[in-house]
Amino acid sequence: MGVFLIRRVLQSVLVLFLMSLVVFVGVYAIGNPIAVLIDPRAPQEAIDQAIHNLGLDRPLYEQYFFFLGNALAGHLGNSFVFNEPALHVIMQRFPATLELTLSAMVIASVFGLPLGLIAGYWSERPVSRVIMTGSILGFSLPSFWVGLMLIIVFSIELGYLPATGRGATVSVLGVATSLLTLDGLRHILLPAINLALFPMALIIRLTRAGVREHLQLDYVKFARAKGLTNRRILFTHVLKNIMIPVVTVMGLLFGLIIAFAVVTESVFAWPGMGKLIIDSITLLDRPVIVAYLLLTVGLFILINLVVDILYSVLDPRVRLSEDSR
Amino acid sequence: MRTSMVRLALGAVAAIVVGFSAQAADLVIGARAEVEMDPHFFWLSSNTAYYRHLYGHLVATDERAQVIPDLAESFRPIDATTWEFKLRPGVRFHDGSTLDAEDVIASFERVRTIPNSPSPYTGNLRGIAETIAVDPLTIHIKTFKPEPLLPGALTTIVIIPSEIAKTAKTPDFKTKKAAIGSGPYKFVSYTPGDKLVLTRNDDYWGGRPYWDSVTFKFIKDDAARVAALLGGDVDLIDFVSPSDVPRLQRDPKTAVHIGPSDRTIYLYLDVGRDVTPYAVDKATGKPLPKNPLKDLRVRKAISMAIDREAMTQKVMEKLATPASQTVPPGFGGYNPDIPVTPYDPEGAKALLAEAGYPDAFGLTVQCSSDRYVNDGKICQAIGQMLARVGFAMKVETMPKAVYFPKATSRTGDSFSLFLLGWGSSASGEADTLWNLMETYDKKTGAGTYNLGNYSNPKLDALIQQATQTLDADKRHAIERKAMAMAMADVALIPLHYQSVIVATRKGLDYTTRADEGTLAMEARPAE
Repeated sequence: MGVFLIRRVLQSVLVLFLMSLVVFVGVYAIGNPIAVLIDPRAPQEAIDQAIHNLGLDRPLYEQYFFFLGNALAGHLGNSFVFNEPALHVIMQRFPATLELTLSAMVIASVFGLPLGLIAGYWSERPVSRVIMTGSILGFSLPSFWVGLMLIIVFSIELGYLPATGRGATVSVLGVATSLLTLDGLRHILLPAINLALFPMALIIRLTRAGVREHLQLDYVKFARAKGLTNRRILFTHVLKNIMIPVVTVMGLLFGLIIAFAVVTESVFAWPGMGKLIIDSITLLDRPVIVAYLLLTVGLFILINLVVDILYSVLDPRVRLSEDSR
Repeated sequence: MRTSMVRLALGAVAAIVVGFSAQAADLVIGARAEVEMDPHFFWLSSNTAYYRHLYGHLVATDERAQVIPDLAESFRPIDATTWEFKLRPGVRFHDGSTLDAEDVIASFERVRTIPNSPSPYTGNLRGIAETIAVDPLTIHIKTFKPEPLLPGALTTIVIIPSEIAKTAKTPDFKTKKAAIGSGPYKFVSYTPGDKLVLTRNDDYWGGRPYWDSVTFKFIKDDAARVAALLGGDVDLIDFVSPSDVPRLQRDPKTAVHIGPSDRTIYLYLDVGRDVTPYAVDKATGKPLPKNPLKDLRVRKAISMAIDREAMTQKVMEKLATPASQTVPPGFGGYNPDIPVTPYDPEGAKALLAEAGYPDAFGLTVQCSSDRYVNDGKICQAIGQMLARVGFAMKVETMPKAVYFPKATSRTGDSFSLFLLGWGSSASGEADTLWNLMETYDKKTGAGTYNLGNYSNPKLDALIQQATQTLDADKRHAIERKAMAMAMADVALIPLHYQSVIVATRKGLDYTTRADEGTLAMEARPAE
């Protein structure tokens, strides 16, 4: 386990380093951020001053080594647009994205797993077909369109829920969350549903496939012969066995929707990291883009590590060291 | 007896509550642009609109972008290189301190020395040699040479208390600590990416502002902003896309307010280079050996091939006006005698043949796709119109993050025929003359945005004369002459003037501003 962890950490550092290099060069290649940020009425000397302010008059490799030196000390540079540490800018918006994605994953799992189990158990009945068609819609309908439809139906036509924004927040352990107020819950419902559709569809399909596979296996026949109820077979035994692929995918999905909740955040004007990254790309705010992508890569690495450890917990046959024989 | 007493009491309470809520006038605005809270850090027209709520300036601009007194109740040049500004007495900042000349000088100094700014305001203070406080309410600004446009430049410099100017850092302005100004509204809270909340300043020198509180919600996506208005989340939205206007006009719950913008949309032509990369031989695809855009007849032909009426009626959905020059009507230097170039495809073909291009040539037109209203569509329409007179057209649109670095680059990889928009509100006059059409001179800062490298010594002489003339009427006359000369020589191809489109819930009136700024002060309940 120890060797496994060390090897993982070294791999992660290599991935992070390569990632930072690729992003740095890539954003530099798009163009000069000053051309996008400066007011056109500014005279040439103000433009030169701005270029100098952001360190963009130095050659690319010098800028990169400067960045690397700071990164190793834990400082990922100052945002061009906000003149604050890029990490700080991202972290201010992280709680909003985190609560949205957590809500979305909870909705996806709470509805996805039972629906998948039902679809798998009664796989020949019409109810399964309905659920499966629903899941196809879930991952193929563009979330931008679904979001706008939700707003039109629930906010504009029916007027039950607010159209955009985050609700009132309370501070818990220094972090602001809107999940504890009624106003906050009203605001988060539509975006969370919108964001949950894609994961829910995948969870339904995976769960159904797993259930169908396992219902053919011998241990289910033996359990039935032993006289166990269908509910016990399904929810206690089959569910636990199909969780490995489902947990893997849920982990990946969680990372995915944290990093790329951009569309939902844009449609619902949710003040999270996704909106920040889109704005930063439009304005060529390189420090924020680099910091955000490094953070995302780090997050994926962490999630994968947790999932791998969960494997060994869920299935005692799985060993974590790669040279087990 | 008891129940009727209870009912009476309840009725009284209800009446009081209803009475109070009828008094509370809160405005919620769904704004496209977020705000940078430090007023000296990031010069951007959307930022300056926000600052007008919280802060004051020496001078301000009205809805037609003309300079009016603000914290300075009067201003005049007392000699060729000195301007005198007299401050309004008794103006208080939100923390209770009074305004005096020290605050102005400290604010100017902060603008000059602020670190790490990606778009500094220093250009507006460029001509100033010295700022002197003659007495607590009088300031003399000495300039290196005559600066007739200095008041216009000073409309962007926010005045804050001198103690804050000397010590505050950029992040402090997100909090009550530093967000102290003299504007009609006071700072309550700011949540990055989410909203800005302001409350009325009852001590505002300009009279009691109407709204009790103003909340800006930042909603960048156009469709989401319209949805927020329709759903009742916000009372007012700005930068409405023309395609949403018919729906909002039809809806009984919303109203649309349209007004002229200061922004002219125009095309640059690369006339500086001997070979321009995007004007190519139709057969070989290689750039033509002699840049055809240098020929006045070719430039005229391109301008004549564009049907501005069709563009404004169809592409801009009637929400633009054809332009004859690069400054809108009502601004200083606008010459009413210059006609809009009439649509004349036959004349264009004849001119091209006369210039030696009977079959025209291959040409690429480039635009941004997300900066100006319908910019991508405008580009496509231009491509189609030019194709009709014989050009083999290619149309390229790209996001502004890619477009602007390339368009403004002077190191060779810029375009041949490309689109931009220029807002003249900063000066209130035809500043496109010296910003876009004067010969580029890095040392003097002339022609910073002369991206086609147009150079006409006769025009430069007129422009130089204009920028040194302190008398406004004389200066405007020279500008009119210069504009006529520039348009006759097709230095740029003006297309149309944009409109400002704001939508509100029914029952609100809004006066649009030429500088496209969204101000709570322009909104009030409808009569």
